[in-house]
Amino acid sequence: MKLTGAEILCESLLKEGVEVIFGYPGGAIMPVYDALTRYPKLRHILVRHEQGAIHAAEGYARSTGKPAVCLVTSGPGATNVVTGLADAILDSVPVVAISGQVHSHLIGGDAFQETDVVGITAMVTKHNYLIMKASEIAVSVKEAFHISGTGRPGPVVIDITKDAQFEKIEFNYPEKINLPGYNPTVKGNMHQIERAAEFINQSSKPYIFAGHGVLISHAEKELLELSEKAAIPVGTTLHGISCIKRDHPNYIGWLGMHGNLAPNKCVNKADVVIALGMRFDDRVTGRLNDYLPHATIIHVDIDPAELGKNVKVSVPIVGDVKEVLKSLLPLIKESKGRKEWFDMFKDYDKVEYEKVIRPEIYPRKGPLKMSEIVKKLSDITHGKSRIVADVGQHQMIACRYYEYKKHDSFVTSGGLGTMGFALPASIGVKVAKPNDEVWTIVGDGSFQMTMQEMATIAQENLDIKIMLLNNNFLGMVRQWQQLFFDKNYSSVSLKNPDFMKLSEGFGIPSEKVTERKDIEGAIKRARKHKGPYLIEFVVEKEQNIFPMIPQGASVDEIRIE
Amino acid sequence: MKQNKFSTLIVTVQNKPGVLYRISGLIRKRRFNIASLTVSATEDPDMSRFTIVVEGDKETVEKMAKQLYRIIEVIKVNEPEEDSIVARELGLIKVSTTKTGSKGEISLIADHFRAKVIQVTPEYMMLEITGNEEKIQGFYKNMKKYGVMEFVRTGRTALFK
Ligand SMILES: Cc1ncc(C[n+]2csc(CCOP(=O)(O)OP(=O)(O)O)c2C)c(N)n1
Repeated sequence: MKLTGAEILCESLLKEGVEVIFGYPGGAIMPVYDALTRYPKLRHILVRHEQGAIHAAEGYARSTGKPAVCLVTSGPGATNVVTGLADAILDSVPVVAISGQVHSHLIGGDAFQETDVVGITAMVTKHNYLIMKASEIAVSVKEAFHISGTGRPGPVVIDITKDAQFEKIEFNYPEKINLPGYNPTVKGNMHQIERAAEFINQSSKPYIFAGHGVLISHAEKELLELSEKAAIPVGTTLHGISCIKRDHPNYIGWLGMHGNLAPNKCVNKADVVIALGMRFDDRVTGRLNDYLPHATIIHVDIDPAELGKNVKVSVPIVGDVKEVLKSLLPLIKESKGRKEWFDMFKDYDKVEYEKVIRPEIYPRKGPLKMSEIVKKLSDITHGKSRIVADVGQHQMIACRYYEYKKHDSFVTSGGLGTMGFALPASIGVKVAKPNDEVWTIVGDGSFQMTMQEMATIAQENLDIKIMLLNNNFLGMVRQWQQLFFDKNYSSVSLKNPDFMKLSEGFGIPSEKVTERKDIEGAIKRARKHKGPYLIEFVVEKEQNIFPMIPQGASVDEIRIE
Repeated sequence: MKQNKFSTLIVTVQNKPGVLYRISGLIRKRRFNIASLTVSATEDPDMSRFTIVVEGDKETVEKMAKQLYRIIEVIKVNEPEEDSIVARELGLIKVSTTKTGSKGEISLIADHFRAKVIQVTPEYMMLEITGNEEKIQGFYKNMKKYGVMEFVRTGRTALFK
């Protein structure tokens, strides 16, 4: 039987196991939307802006580990997903973005709603396709899912002309993929792994940096084994945060600009660094010239281009973190513990706790602090909720004060730092994990970037709890202006809408908390309510996030006030 | 002029639309400094070959090779040592012949460099030369005194020995 290109697209998505599509219709993608009504197995979630569609897909992908689909029209529909593509490529998120394109005979003629989608997206995708014939649809879907979801995951765009969506041909889903130039290395090179083991076995101050790759490759167990067997402290990157339980004795904290004091202060004391699925981002390394002067660096990553990109690596191992650790573990000698080395971290921990953490989470008077609210949420949910954080101070608070006890339960925009990410991303997280508790932590500025997705949440009746931390400022920018621009506040103060009325308008129940005594009750009421719920917390206006490694400073120069 | 180090990359790619765009985009995005880039057909109609001369040491070239491998259509990136390849480029030059006697002299020099005369007019001679960079540069220098009206070179293309 002959099918239209649009139907072939739907069939192909089903073959790839797709259950959900986040999208927004328009002229050039109408044949696909028409076909979708005949494919009830493909649940379509109608967002309110295409940026929301791709962030929702990112949230979905990050919670399932599988490529997620977003579907948009040509021109403005496609350009609205570009931010999400840039976000996904930096954070290694597998999304397949499908866009409609004008008729093939119109391409290149500046037709209505024509944009050069493959041109625009080439630098922010792992790969992309312009499809002008129905016969190319199935193959490209198959390839796109393979490319997006394997190796270092990333976004792939398939741009399909309207005539290709209409064209009728026989449907055959290809069984094999022919991509001679794409062959991610999964198993690590044994010689390098042996060298790594030798360095680790001889080290006195080894240090594991655990990144997003640990979660992507599901190497949480192997990471723990390595850390416990050889008594190695584990610091995580922003995306690595939930790869090890917060209360594990070998977890020593979070690395980087707003990370913990101990892990940053001790970085340069390490003699062997085992970097797992992370990329030595500048927010982690601080000034490179002073970074890791004495350490032998063992770097494991599935993306060869990351090895040696920012720091010189002694033992580069290309491969999947889990596979590499599996080969490495038998070669690792058991260690009885490294009390002195661990104590060094503990000393700094005490300082951070006294100077920063305690006053942050147990303030006695004064305005509400974001930290105490997030800490309260953590306690009430036992660290087991899925947390989706937006970008800004509240994001750093979500990293610092939520005590993650569930693997892969933290989603945020790290590499790109995309404000407006959280609300739509939480849609994807909730749709992927309907039985899990999902909290989105968002600032008043970020919320207003994509708040129209409240309507999507209401329409789908998604049980997402929204913690809106309102400081009436673009807080993170304000902090930088205070610290580095002599408190010259420039365009950071917000006159906000009435969030209660707004929420009501969207049909989402809400409450506003201004008093310390009401924090707990509000969180509990939100949890009890079935369905979406928003709590606005009016928080201290000029709270600063510390510790902080000022931009361009060395990790040693981390400030706690 | 400062003498910079140049290295050659030989990149075999699937012959698909958009490859040139992706490769040039990568070069721009990662800020590699390119002396020349040639794209050519190969013995296999499904493959093309990029010969890229990039400014930088081994480390730069390695980084670039790794970035190139990220492009799905890139099949193979070779970073050959200079003595393991035969590299050639083509130069075309238009030299003024208005000075008396210059035609004969130019022809003599051209013979010496095995350059071919392509066109002769009362005002100029056009010549074609192939060889490595030094040879072409050397020929160009020799032509300068007659008045070079136009000079172009293709950038190198290469084969393994
Ligand atoms: C799309 C986008 N625009 C601008 C920025 C720069 N930026 C980073 S944090 C921030 C302020 C965020 O304010 P808010 O959401 O209120 O959170 P807060 O820092 O106050 O917690 C801004 C403007 C960004 N990261 N993303």
